Amino acid sequence: MEPIIHVEDLVKNFKTVTAVDGITFSVYPGEFFGLLGPNGAGKTSTIRMLYGFSPPTSGTLEVFGMDIRKDWRKIKSRIGVCQQENTLDPDLTVSQNLALYAGYFDVPPQEALKRSGELLQFFALSNRSEDKVADLSGGLARRLILARSLISRPDILVLDEPTTGLDPQSRYQMWDRLDALKDGGLTALITTHYMEEAENLCDRLVIIDHGQILVEGNPRDLIAEHAGGNVIEITGHEEAVIEFVKERNIRHDDLKDRLIVYIPKEETELYNTIMDRFCVEKCTYRNSTLEDVFLRLTGRELRE
Amino acid sequence: MIRLDAFSWRFLKVWKRNLITYQKIWKVSFLTPLFEPMLYIFAFGLGLGVMVGQVRYGGQTLTYIQFIVPALIGIAVMQNAFFETTYTSFVRMYYQRTFDGMLATPLSLEEIILAEIVWAATKSTAAGAIMLGVLGVFGYVDFPMGLVMIPVAFLGGLAFAAIGMVFTGIIPTIDLFNLPIFLFITPMFLFSGTFFPLGNLPEWGRTLAKVFPLHHLVELSRRFCIGVHETDVWLSLGYLTGFTLVFILLGLISMKRRLIQ
Repeated sequence: MEPIIHVEDLVKNFKTVTAVDGITFSVYPGEFFGLLGPNGAGKTSTIRMLYGFSPPTSGTLEVFGMDIRKDWRKIKSRIGVCQQENTLDPDLTVSQNLALYAGYFDVPPQEALKRSGELLQFFALSNRSEDKVADLSGGLARRLILARSLISRPDILVLDEPTTGLDPQSRYQMWDRLDALKDGGLTALITTHYMEEAENLCDRLVIIDHGQILVEGNPRDLIAEHAGGNVIEITGHEEAVIEFVKERNIRHDDLKDRLIVYIPKEETELYNTIMDRFCVEKCTYRNSTLEDVFLRLTGRELRE
Repeated sequence: MIRLDAFSWRFLKVWKRNLITYQKIWKVSFLTPLFEPMLYIFAFGLGLGVMVGQVRYGGQTLTYIQFIVPALIGIAVMQNAFFETTYTSFVRMYYQRTFDGMLATPLSLEEIILAEIVWAATKSTAAGAIMLGVLGVFGYVDFPMGLVMIPVAFLGGLAFAAIGMVFTGIIPTIDLFNLPIFLFITPMFLFSGTFFPLGNLPEWGRTLAKVFPLHHLVELSRRFCIGVHETDVWLSLGYLTGFTLVFILLGLISMKRRLIQ
């Protein structure tokens, strides 16, 4: 299958920093592909190059088999971008925003009206269509930005942190709508800081840091490979447990006030032993998540 | 740095976007060009004009009101265009992030910036045309020759919109627009042969004033509004055209530097 996005050895240098340092990945039709990484890892720089906003320094960047440097306008007319910031026109109404945006993509007015009605229905915005955008809440505005990015019926959707800053209700609704779009066969590239979101939405993902790809794979495999199947968090642990896990070569993170032990799924015996012998103040037992993988790979220090 | 394939008629889509937004406030913003000329006529004509008396200009003797009316139109064009591509464009670019949204569509930055400049010129032409009408009613503009001022106002509007765009590309914060206004707009407003003939200035002052685009716009305005002028019409038109082309290019470059990294 031909990839929709093909990136190879892509580099982006700014004056003093290298934001993207030779990344390679492909996105195939029908999949939701995740681009994860801490702040400043190079996610936004990457997607800005993808939709032709900023020119690559070197490397290959092909979308729909075309070169972004040469066929930028053709590529841009087939990509939908749901930006992180609110870039709606605050002075205009909800439906005017959609109509105007459709015009930028050469969608004829009649067709735009039809699509706009469908999208407003789909995103539960129909009763707000004549409201000014400035009066919409954050969750509604985000839904409208997503609706707007779909008005051109794009062949791929770029979602830059689609649920950042939303309340839990709005976030769940957003996920629900994205799931429905995925079922409809949409291809998407997603950046997010929410590992739960990536775990649920993405078929495949890469974790990048300092401009380089650390791992690539589907969320379940990555969890199994890098964070075992289950996790025991021991608060106020003693030296003995550290020696115990070191002796047996069990993956763990020693965080001063607590110890995180990663236990492969099949090792129930090991779990029982640790729980019986080393649980002091408080022990938490849970499934491993993508967040464990992310923190193990990118470290726990704060980023700028 | 500027790509030729980035220019197309698509820029009219952005122009139309500004028109749609403007329609929400046009009733208010039409009041200024409608009533401001009357304030000026009242203050300068009745107040100051009495003290000034007659003005010798272009080999003719004019009343003070006759002399300043064409300048008022030129000034209105300058202010409308300059304020649109400075404050208003900055708000769209920085606070409303409108340009970011448009850049995720088939539009290019070149088209967006060009559209902002052409829109500002359109708006200032509308203001100029309203003033022509109002001042014509009072008998200060000769018709039909005064109508030539409409395309000339558009050219002048492009020139000042382009200058504004250059500043928008380099200014760090919106408050700092005071600086180009103080250094550039105010001196032009006062010393372009607007409120007194250039002949009153020393030689170096006259030479400097001839560099100002407003001087040439005001000269053209006098030529077409009252049929008197001191500078050759083709020289003024040529200067304004060249000035406009250079500054549109500079505006594009400065905005591209600011937004595309």
